[in-house]
Amino acid sequence: MASAFAYAPAPESRSVVDIAPSYGLFIDGEFTEAADGKVFKTVSPATEEVLSEIAQAGEADVDRAVAAARKAFEKWSALPGSERAKYLFRIARIIQERSRELAVLETLDNGKPIKETRDADLPLVAAHFFYYAGWADKLEHAGFGANPRPLGVAGQVIPWNFPLLMLAWKIAPALATGNTVVLKPAETTPLSALFFADICRQAGLPKGVVNILPGYGDTGAALVAHPDVNKVAFTGSTAVGKEIARTVAGTRKKLTLELGGKGANIVFDDAPIDQAVEGIVNGIFFNQGQVCCAGSRLLVQESIHDELLDSLKRRLSTLRLGDPLDKNTDIGAINSAEQLSRITTLVEQGEAEGAERWSPACEIPSSGYWFAPTLFTNVTQAHRIARDEIFGPVLSVLTFRTPDEAVAKANNTPYGLSAGIWTEKGSRILAVANKLRAGVVWSNTFNKFDPTSPFGGYKESGFGREGGRHGLEAYLDV
Amino acid sequence: MSDRLSVLKTYKLYVGGKFPRSESGRVYEVTDAKGKWLANAPLSSRKDARDAVVAARKAFGGWSGATAYNRGQVLYRVAEMLEGRRAQFVHEVADAEGLSKSKAAEQVDAAIDRWVWYAGWTDKIAQVVGGGNPVAGPFFNLSSPEPTGVVAVLAPQESSFLGLVSVLAPVIATGNTAVVVASERSPLPALSLAEVLATSDVPGGVVNVLSGRTAEIAPPLASHQDVNAIDLAGADDVLAKELEIAAADNLKRVLRPQPVDNWSETPGTDRLTAFLETKTVWHPTGSLGASGSSY
Repeated sequence: MASAFAYAPAPESRSVVDIAPSYGLFIDGEFTEAADGKVFKTVSPATEEVLSEIAQAGEADVDRAVAAARKAFEKWSALPGSERAKYLFRIARIIQERSRELAVLETLDNGKPIKETRDADLPLVAAHFFYYAGWADKLEHAGFGANPRPLGVAGQVIPWNFPLLMLAWKIAPALATGNTVVLKPAETTPLSALFFADICRQAGLPKGVVNILPGYGDTGAALVAHPDVNKVAFTGSTAVGKEIARTVAGTRKKLTLELGGKGANIVFDDAPIDQAVEGIVNGIFFNQGQVCCAGSRLLVQESIHDELLDSLKRRLSTLRLGDPLDKNTDIGAINSAEQLSRITTLVEQGEAEGAERWSPACEIPSSGYWFAPTLFTNVTQAHRIARDEIFGPVLSVLTFRTPDEAVAKANNTPYGLSAGIWTEKGSRILAVANKLRAGVVWSNTFNKFDPTSPFGGYKESGFGREGGRHGLEAYLDV
Repeated sequence: MSDRLSVLKTYKLYVGGKFPRSESGRVYEVTDAKGKWLANAPLSSRKDARDAVVAARKAFGGWSGATAYNRGQVLYRVAEMLEGRRAQFVHEVADAEGLSKSKAAEQVDAAIDRWVWYAGWTDKIAQVVGGGNPVAGPFFNLSSPEPTGVVAVLAPQESSFLGLVSVLAPVIATGNTAVVVASERSPLPALSLAEVLATSDVPGGVVNVLSGRTAEIAPPLASHQDVNAIDLAGADDVLAKELEIAAADNLKRVLRPQPVDNWSETPGTDRLTAFLETKTVWHPTGSLGASGSSY
């Protein structure tokens, strides 16, 4: 089945991107070594090839970066909004110009298919800067009072699943509102943030306004705990989010958290099956399922379970797993060995607990970190694969009989980030959407993102919104 | 007249629309500003707090599902009922806060007007903070505010009535349900407010009022897994930090204590929006392509 259609390889050229053998921290407009000289390697998850050696920020570096951001804050926040806007517009335009280079870079460092970095990540990154650029000189019209003020220095910690897009979600609104930032990219995907530092240079952004500190969790912990940070923004796991909430307790730091999810994708018996199947596939296999808002629980109305599963399995058999740089690739590499082992453990537990595992025939490359698209049937709500975020290409299928049962099952989770509804009946969409405790509800579509559309969770998926007018609030003293 | 012995009121908790004593059987002495005995108030236990959360959760579906117009009328009804019992509250606030009759009357009038103010907000806040989003694609995309859920409210310690109303009304205006911990030293106006709420068409469980030691009742609320948010207005800095740490366990929305000099000033929308979630719903619109309609 795997070779139903044999496609010739169609790799995107790597020559468009020039990765240096080593990179420093970006502090106060300069690339610099870590104070203690520590470095770490970043690898391509598809090949395990070392891409570059990166300076690893420690506490002394966090101090330096926060001091640089503090110093830059005075002038940056005093700049007329229209001037800040122009810097952000410049950045948006340079990202568009360099988007092919950045897409290839992101695919190399993250392992996701070039199809996604080229058609989703990079266009959204540029759009996000372009959108918030326009807000910079209109803040008094945003509904936060006549003269909303920035908070100061923002400490931002982002994940590895959408490295540059998460950077854009953090930096664009922070700068538009007049804050300065210290951002820590994830340890497995530091490269695009460091290339972004170069874009700041090209845009002529004043030094110290953006500082980039690659490192591991301890670097992030030092950043959020730093006494001179006024704002903490984090995207990542719920466990770390809770730890950060404890860290900032009792301070005046403003906190926004965008955390995990266990999204329910609900398919009613009147749904257009072919469209629903595409939505299910997009919902859980986009970015190898390493998406906080993934539709990782499929809730199917019992009467169409068999029909839907047949179609879904047929569709999964046509997915192409392999070289992320190949333009035909649907499923790329898992981001790291650590993540692969987490996925593997949970999947093994799913089998051990009695759920039925299925994957299409699928050739796994001999090097790199890979996981075949997987679905589980006969899953109950008690199974760990129905409760825990797997963050991988693994779909748990549950059934329901009535809309009320679907809603109850969908909401039966501590998370509340995303949900999907598939039905041709308009009133059912609106009624169910109304009852779902989730921040984003996709009806007859899934995994759509836009800079104008607020994104964020209910319950333990975090608080605060990114995107749209709502996204400004996180960075304003209101 | 002067010979008549007055009838004293037994102050009770307000939980699930009923007026129970504390399950612990405990009370504590409440005195006026000069130390004169006023009443015994229930000294709530952790179990009372948990019972109140259960009641608030049970009431959440109905209250959050009521129309905004309906909630507005119910809040307005609270103002109507308070107006009729104005003299009683002036008396209680004067005793509780050591105010002159005229100063206490100002507090009570402002509190009544505050209910009216928030009554008018119930069906307007969604248009102010929500709306359509112009996404770059053929999609209908709408963001709407929704209530966070069960909110624990630590009422301000000093302003026993106006402060209490100022933190409670915005929580329930948007459809949340509340567990209120009354001012520890001056709980009587809060306990009497419960009697007004009970006769104002506020469904049982939407507001639950506990009296007692804030430091005893607040921690089980802050760590309760079925409480969605907490307003720390009535906590001092040390307690506030401890509660914020406990609240992180299920990522409650936390409103930290804000310095308030004058509760009489017209509030902004901050307290309304502090306990709202934003839900964004997408749907394809279809579009007209070169080959014709796709809808």
